[in-house]
Amino acid sequence: MNAATDFGAAGADLELRGIRKEFPGFTAIEELDLVIPAGSFFALLGPSGCGKTTTLRLVAGLEQPSAGQVLIGGKDVTSLAPHKRPVNTVFQSYALFPHMTVIENVAFGLKRRKVADATAKAHEALRLVELDHVADRRPTQLSGGQQQRVALARAVVNRPALLLLDEPLGALDLKLRRQMQVELKSIQSEVGLTFLHVTHDQEEAMTMADTVAVMNKGRIEQLGSPQELYERPRTGFVATFLGQSNLVPGTVESEANGMLTVRTAGGVVLVPVDRSVVRSGRITVGVRPEKLMLHAAEPARDGDHNVLGPGRITDVSFTGVSTQYLVEIPGVGTISVFSQNLVYGAVFSEGDEVWIAGQREHTFGLEADARDAVADPDLAPDPVTAGEAA
Amino acid sequence: MALTALAPAGAGSSGAAPERRRGGLIALALLTPGLAYLALFFLVPFISLLMTSFGINVPDQYGVFDYGFRWENYVDVIAAYWPQFLRSFWFALLATVFALLIGYPIAYYIGVRIRERTLLRNLLLVLVIAPFFISFLLRTLAWKQILSDEGPVVSVLHFIGLMGPQDHITGTAFSVVFGLTYNFIPFMTLPLFATLDRLDKRLLEAGSDLYASPRQTFFRITLPLSLPGIVSGTLLTFIPATGDYVNASQSFLGSSSTAMIGNVIQSKFLITVNYPQAAALSILLMAVIVVIVSVYVRRSGTDDLL
Repeated sequence: MNAATDFGAAGADLELRGIRKEFPGFTAIEELDLVIPAGSFFALLGPSGCGKTTTLRLVAGLEQPSAGQVLIGGKDVTSLAPHKRPVNTVFQSYALFPHMTVIENVAFGLKRRKVADATAKAHEALRLVELDHVADRRPTQLSGGQQQRVALARAVVNRPALLLLDEPLGALDLKLRRQMQVELKSIQSEVGLTFLHVTHDQEEAMTMADTVAVMNKGRIEQLGSPQELYERPRTGFVATFLGQSNLVPGTVESEANGMLTVRTAGGVVLVPVDRSVVRSGRITVGVRPEKLMLHAAEPARDGDHNVLGPGRITDVSFTGVSTQYLVEIPGVGTISVFSQNLVYGAVFSEGDEVWIAGQREHTFGLEADARDAVADPDLAPDPVTAGEAA
Repeated sequence: MALTALAPAGAGSSGAAPERRRGGLIALALLTPGLAYLALFFLVPFISLLMTSFGINVPDQYGVFDYGFRWENYVDVIAAYWPQFLRSFWFALLATVFALLIGYPIAYYIGVRIRERTLLRNLLLVLVIAPFFISFLLRTLAWKQILSDEGPVVSVLHFIGLMGPQDHITGTAFSVVFGLTYNFIPFMTLPLFATLDRLDKRLLEAGSDLYASPRQTFFRITLPLSLPGIVSGTLLTFIPATGDYVNASQSFLGSSSTAMIGNVIQSKFLITVNYPQAAALSILLMAVIVVIVSVYVRRSGTDDLL
């Protein structure tokens, strides 16, 4: 089979059917069914060890699935060797060939496929990442950000049906990462390839991808647009891995007018039925910290707001853009509230008695055991970044 | 190597700041034992050898010579022993190539293929070094036994008719090159292993991701990146093999028709005690090796990797 015939100007669909991957001693991917439409920017997001990199390696052909099929552009490539797949990878470590110059690195794939004018095309790709002036240097003479762009050019220049990005921005500092995110996104829309991006950085996934799949323990927990995942998480893991969430246990008492009435230890709250995965019995009510307001006096428990309280402020941390309050409500636990610093300094201080209010359409309902499935706090992004991303 | 080691000491001691001067003194102190050793056991003998090579034999007196400047010594030894010279480099080259062809797959297997299987890897490494536990003289003698006319190899080859009754293995060029190859395989394998063990496997994955077949990945990525190991392995084999006088000697695997320059030097020094000629041969051998090695290292483009 001639790989060159599979290359087109545009990307191709990627389909994973019933993929399972076992390694000696553990299962990296439990079960995976996924369709990524051509031309989309798809992100696989999850903590380390969730199976996202394994998924990428299966698509690249660097690993063989224990079960299931990999289809690219409708063609089964499961048993195809990596060098015969119309796929290119931007590796986490960049994996630039140290014994070749930058231009030789970029032209490598073209030359293996005996594409005409390989060097000219490689220069063109280097211009795309604004690095044509370092074409004759060795990769080791470049900065991390430049190496990353060379790795990107080396992959993009082949116009693969599918471009795989394995945490390519992980080694860059924050400023450079932001810059590269924008560049990657513009390159993707410019060349129209299908991008599959693997990352543990929720902010990166949300900024760049059209569709994000959140992976945990070898499975996809939820798949959707970044907004959808953030505003309407369906599992405790998604709610806590993508930004922060306050999760409050309760019991559904009744359902009326599209609202569930839920009794919690901090008072009765109403949750929209279409934003809840359970409709009766025990439930976990979730709400994002930045969707909450603090009140010094108990607000009226009617209108379109849910009210929890009273509670006591146990911690105030000023982060610049916002202030994070931790409020201890008896029977509920600690609730986190991000308050925009619209006035100078913190309005409340430690020990104050407060009530918490938030709009009903911002709450979401999860399974009762959602609180057990939260993302490992060590793996979750730090609260400050999460707050900014919100 | 001595020169590069000296450089930082010299630069440090010439520094103006007292801090740097102290650093330079410490470096010098650390280098002193090594430098003294080199001066005493390398530089002095080398100068002595150089002076001897221009010496004039006293007629009718066995093993006695006067210092002088008889450069014709060099002309004489080249005229008399150029076949042994050529043979030395030819045999050493063959042995180096064979040792590379045998050592590379071993080093690749241990250093790349089974890198993660620590136990097996260490076991195989010990096996590579294991021959060193026995003196190489004994091992070469053992090969002489195995390859001798009464030995199993010749008997079998006679029996199946691959060798005629008058054919031998020992005493031929084949057995000398065989012995050299055998003796230098560990010297080839270990530096190759050291390089291949550090080879970043992710580069191989990147190669296959960029449409290089396993064969292309090997020749375009693995091989060039293991060049430093190839250079040091071939040097560690070629240089001592050129001067080797054991394998080619008649008491071991060789015969008079396989004599290498090492055998000539040995007999000049120890049997015919013609010191000026022996010294001239030694200096000549050293000079030719230095020229060959520097051209080789320059050509392979690894002078910065050595």
